[in-house]
Amino acid sequence: MEDLDQLRNEFLAAVAGAEDLESLEKVRVSVFGRKGLITERMKGVGALAPEERKAAGVALNAVKQVLADAIDARKAAFEDSGLEVRLENERVDVTLPARPIGEGRIHPISQTMDELLAIFGEMGFTLAEGPDIEDDFHNFTALNIPEEHPARQMHDTFYLPGGPDGARKLLRTHTSPVQIRHMQKAPPPHRIVALGRTYRCDSDITHTPMFHQLEGLVVDGHTHMGHLKGCLIEFCRAYFEVDDVPVRFRPSFFPFTEPSAEVDIGCKRSGGRLKIGGGDDWLEILGCGMVHPKVLANCGIDAGKFQGFAFGLGVERIAMLKYGIPDTRTFFESDLRWLSHYGFAAGDVPSMTGGLAR
Amino acid sequence: MKFTLGWLKTHLETDAGIDSIARALTDLGLEVEEVIDRAAALAPFTVGHVLEASRHPDADRLTVCIVDTGADRVQVVCGAPNARAGMKGVFAPAGVRIPGTGLDLKKSVIRGVESAGMLCSAREIGIGEDHEGIIELADDAPIGAPAAAVLGLDDPVIDVAITPNRGDCLGVHGIARDLAAAGVGALIPLAAEAVAGGFENPTGVAFDFTGETADACTLFAGRAIRGLKNGPSPDWLQQRLLSVGLRPISALVDITNFLTLDRARPLHVFDADKIAGDLTVRLARQGETLLALDGKAYELDPSMTVIADESGVLSLGGVIGGETTGCTGQSVNVFVEAAFFDPVRTAATGRKLNIESDARYRFERGVDPASTLPGIEAATRLIVELCGGEASEVTVTGAVPEVTATIRFEPRRVMALGGVDVAEEECRRILEALGAETSPMNGAIEVRVPSWRPDIEGEADLVEEVLRVYGYDRIPAVPFAKVGVLSKPVETPVPRRRRRAARALAANGMVEAVTYSFLAEAHARLFGGGDPRLRLANPISAELTDMRPTLLANLIVACGRNADRGSPDLALFEVGPAFADDTPDGQRAVAAGVRAGASGPRHWLAPARAVDVFDAKADALIALGAAGAPAASLQVTPGAPAWYHPGRSGAMRLGPKVVLAHFGEIHPRILRALDVKGPICGFEVFLDSIPPSRKRDGKARPALGASPFQAVERDFAFVINTDVGAEAVVRAAQSADKKLIAGVSVFDQYGGKELGAGKKSIAISVRLEPAEATLTEAEIEAVSAKVIAAVNKATGGVLRS
Repeated sequence: MEDLDQLRNEFLAAVAGAEDLESLEKVRVSVFGRKGLITERMKGVGALAPEERKAAGVALNAVKQVLADAIDARKAAFEDSGLEVRLENERVDVTLPARPIGEGRIHPISQTMDELLAIFGEMGFTLAEGPDIEDDFHNFTALNIPEEHPARQMHDTFYLPGGPDGARKLLRTHTSPVQIRHMQKAPPPHRIVALGRTYRCDSDITHTPMFHQLEGLVVDGHTHMGHLKGCLIEFCRAYFEVDDVPVRFRPSFFPFTEPSAEVDIGCKRSGGRLKIGGGDDWLEILGCGMVHPKVLANCGIDAGKFQGFAFGLGVERIAMLKYGIPDTRTFFESDLRWLSHYGFAAGDVPSMTGGLAR
Repeated sequence: MKFTLGWLKTHLETDAGIDSIARALTDLGLEVEEVIDRAAALAPFTVGHVLEASRHPDADRLTVCIVDTGADRVQVVCGAPNARAGMKGVFAPAGVRIPGTGLDLKKSVIRGVESAGMLCSAREIGIGEDHEGIIELADDAPIGAPAAAVLGLDDPVIDVAITPNRGDCLGVHGIARDLAAAGVGALIPLAAEAVAGGFENPTGVAFDFTGETADACTLFAGRAIRGLKNGPSPDWLQQRLLSVGLRPISALVDITNFLTLDRARPLHVFDADKIAGDLTVRLARQGETLLALDGKAYELDPSMTVIADESGVLSLGGVIGGETTGCTGQSVNVFVEAAFFDPVRTAATGRKLNIESDARYRFERGVDPASTLPGIEAATRLIVELCGGEASEVTVTGAVPEVTATIRFEPRRVMALGGVDVAEEECRRILEALGAETSPMNGAIEVRVPSWRPDIEGEADLVEEVLRVYGYDRIPAVPFAKVGVLSKPVETPVPRRRRRAARALAANGMVEAVTYSFLAEAHARLFGGGDPRLRLANPISAELTDMRPTLLANLIVACGRNADRGSPDLALFEVGPAFADDTPDGQRAVAAGVRAGASGPRHWLAPARAVDVFDAKADALIALGAAGAPAASLQVTPGAPAWYHPGRSGAMRLGPKVVLAHFGEIHPRILRALDVKGPICGFEVFLDSIPPSRKRDGKARPALGASPFQAVERDFAFVINTDVGAEAVVRAAQSADKKLIAGVSVFDQYGGKELGAGKKSIAISVRLEPAEATLTEAEIEAVSAKVIAAVNKATGGVLRS
């Protein structure tokens, strides 16, 4: 059996010495080929005496297995290194830019309106809508703003010629006419917000002829100013995402609310930056009040039985405050650089559970 | 409305400091916009006494002064021509910032002579424009005292924003009353004694109104003062006016301005020698004119209230006086007027003639009619005191009108509406402090509203009065409860479509813009607009005159602007309104977008191409899909409105009538008219035309029915007439076997000459998904034959050989 060991060692050396697949194949043929040494030896086993035959067969099979394994292993190694060579040749510069994907953006006004809807939706408000082109009644008269009252002059109104019936049309100066349309349509209780474009013929560094407002209206049998404060304090904290932002209610005047208030939030200015919350400065952010009994009456609601509050705020203004946008005119310039910088990713959909702003 | 702390203290007895007064004003609803404390800014500047002054050894124009600052003696080199020994000036020590220059003053050596401070000019300390010389203070000015006090500038100015309902607070007295009610001090009553008339008023006054117009002027008080001298007003009065930014003119003018600001009581003084005969208060006659005190001539009409004499109109009641009867330095005999003019007419007149005056501002916000007679007495007292002369008796025409109400007020309403319990006693105290009279009235209070508060009309107004004095900050915030445990969706279908379309378009690489709802008339006309009913009567510019008929125009113009800024390739969209007419139904919710220039940036892997109609079509489909349009039912037809390329545009429809979208390349003529370079493609999706989705089975989707058997794809190429749409081939193929055919897609289009004139080839791939068993070759052949037959029947197409 010694020669068998020797045979094995010789062939293992030959396998190890094979330089490529071709020379390995020659080694394989010389062992397992029709005239190969193992093949020859296997033939020889048949000629042995039965008692020797078994032991010799087992020994020879063991060697055969070892050699076959060695050849397979060597072959796999050759194939692997061939793949590696090929892959090495396929090397690319991975620092080259990837295929371009158009980067879309959501305008800060849309994003802010979605945030407002997420917050007020959570408080049980639903969205109501009304037209941008309004009439005197809905925009002024029903809201207790009489003709020639200085309050009406405060609204620099855009007018349209109107129809043959002589009724003058105008561009709504606030979203409050949506309140009127809503209250005329259905009986109380009401809990709505209106969002949309509003217009005033005014244009300077802080005014644009078009801007956006959010309007809120609650009418039921019992809601009072304490609820108004609760609602708006909650809103300010949620929107600005500052849990302890100070909120101040100041008496003010709006023809369509009584009592009326303006709402300020606490802020701090330092180094040309504005920080919402803390500090010793105040920023006015919205107007509100209890719905004026005359407004309820103008909508056919019994002011003895029903009451509630209304509020309004400028969307651009609170977007500027939250996101540090310096100039209101830039919102409407459609400058790609501005839109890319201040805009939001399509997937950043605000929600109270998922978070408002990233 | 501006006033100073010192002025306020002539109406309010108080020890409160400026900060607590400012806070109280804001808490009362008289919002403090600014407190200008000039003393604080001038704190480091003191009175300096120039002990010695000698010429600088090396500079003729400089003087070396030894200044006694009270604390020290310092040497100052001064360039002012009036620097001299013995004078007192405003001294600034080294280390102080000079307001007029913004520079920090440093100890320095000027041409070899040390200077340890500065003597200042008015401009340098920021109180005036004078820079000819240094300020000279009175000889008795105490050395070392704060200069601000000596200059009379230590009285802080308070600027409050007065809301239009508070005409009574357009005078310092009214503001003091509010503060007193809030416990900041005690209101000092206005002096009330009348000036006895020494002779009969020679100028008669008559009203000439009809019953309908009688409310134009309901009360007119007038008196003559003769033998006066109208010189400059005294220092205290000039100081008052200067402190709030008014220029002193003459004693008579200053007195009327002062009373306007002091007690919100407009008055007018005529030069009596220039009045011809008696006065009539009446409405103007068509064609009458007035040369007013502002130097302008105004054309009047019969809606305007005037004071006229025999020669014609002398003044516009409550708005502005006339030039011809104005007081001058030569005036000797005058006629003083105090009246009550109708707020609405006064406002309308002022607006029509575009006159902004202090009188108009007050009358339209409500002047206290009861202040008419006390007002003319106050004016007389001051005139006689400052200008001398003798006053006549007062002629009163009309009577004090009743402008305020008596209101039943239930104190419990403060809790019900205001959310805070204020005791009845406190309610009465507050209302009385504001000038109301209260008396019990079976379970409620009867409140007689003071004559200066016409804005208080009902119980809710009284609740506000109580609350704002009691303090809004004392109203406890109550959690605002939801209606149910979970909230319902906040949006109705159309807003939801808008939001979803926007998110989908942004996800598809488009950038959202928000553009104005109006545009230039010429641009509107390019896009089917220009209806005069949609043209603004008062546009702010010629670029923004018409309500937009489409969103595309502004977006295309925006593309042009971005191209000018170096970004010619971009994709913009907007979701917003477009206007077909001026009714609520004429407003449509539209999602529109444009792509301009190349499909993307220049890139080493993906060469850019020009944007085209199929980009716009894809965008439109994305918006429609996100908005919930039934994609499978959409039909595409060629052609769109005239602003699109006639051969490269289309409409997406549901049936023949409902158009959900237009898309295509923008017509080159439109681009040229808008001065924007192409190519630009665009789309408009009409969100409110999308039918509501039908919810037959709630939200459940149909069962999937995925087959376990091998699916098969077969390709066909059909030759059809060029005017047949590929969509017709697809639909025909699809209908060939609805059970087996799971999908049909177009993968090639070819228009080679060998097909023949007017012919093209459309290649489709048909996917067969058997449900019961793997398809045999014979079955596939049978379906193929059906496809060929169906396409041929529907389109005339034949299999390309």
